Amino acid sequence: MLFYLFGAVAVIASLLVIAQRNPVYSVLLLITSFGALSGLYVLLDAPFAASIQIIVYAGAIMVLFLFVVMLLNAPHEDTDFDERTHPMLRPGPMRFGALLAVALIAELAWALARSSPLTTFTNTPVTSIQALGRTLFTDYAFQFEVTSVLILVAMVGAVVMARREDAPGGKR
Amino acid sequence: MPSLNDYLILSAVLFTIGTAGVFVRRNLITILLSVEIMLNAVNLTFVAFGRAFGTVDGQIIVFFVMTVAAAEAAVGLAIVIALFRHRESLNPDAFTALKW
Repeated sequence: MLFYLFGAVAVIASLLVIAQRNPVYSVLLLITSFGALSGLYVLLDAPFAASIQIIVYAGAIMVLFLFVVMLLNAPHEDTDFDERTHPMLRPGPMRFGALLAVALIAELAWALARSSPLTTFTNTPVTSIQALGRTLFTDYAFQFEVTSVLILVAMVGAVVMARREDAPGGKR
Repeated sequence: MPSLNDYLILSAVLFTIGTAGVFVRRNLITILLSVEIMLNAVNLTFVAFGRAFGTVDGQIIVFFVMTVAAAEAAVGLAIVIALFRHRESLNPDAFTALKW
């Protein structure tokens, strides 16, 4: 029962993210969707994934988005054409894009219909963070270290790209 | 008790919503948000499969996906800020300098 509740909240909030004109509302609705997904992770006996979903995703990444939306102060899609029409009702390439999305869900539904009949969760769940940490720092130790390099590169890249050109010390 | 297929169907629906958002919307911020929806749909698949197989690897991949998503959001938003500073616009159709 909780699955359908969380699933409905996630789907409706995600749909509203796309339908909103104002990016601030989009970000807030996406946080709602992530909260519902966190509930689904709890239902799947994954408390670690649920907590980092809230702390890292909703707490850090989405706040970064909200920060940029408010910094840019450009709440609406800003051409005359975008002001006149609702995003879901536009012609041409956008309608083609919506068609591609419908084709994608048709393919996914077809693939799921061909899969094996309903699988229920019979295994004993692995919920302990101890087991997770042991696997992360032994089997996945190399990937973990590579991830730290990725974060460093992203941090330096973001600082370089977002710097003002006439900033003191800026050479471009 | 929902089965694995229920989770996969929900994940497919969320992924399709994200794809539709990337195609339909004309606002760089909303496009990045749609990419986040797609990443989360994939995360749900990983956790569901990890639960079905009784292993911990699904949650570990979710950990890595979140790290990559954080890096992607930081770099993507830096690019958006730089673009907005040049053109005063968030419409991707306004950035056609590299279009051949």
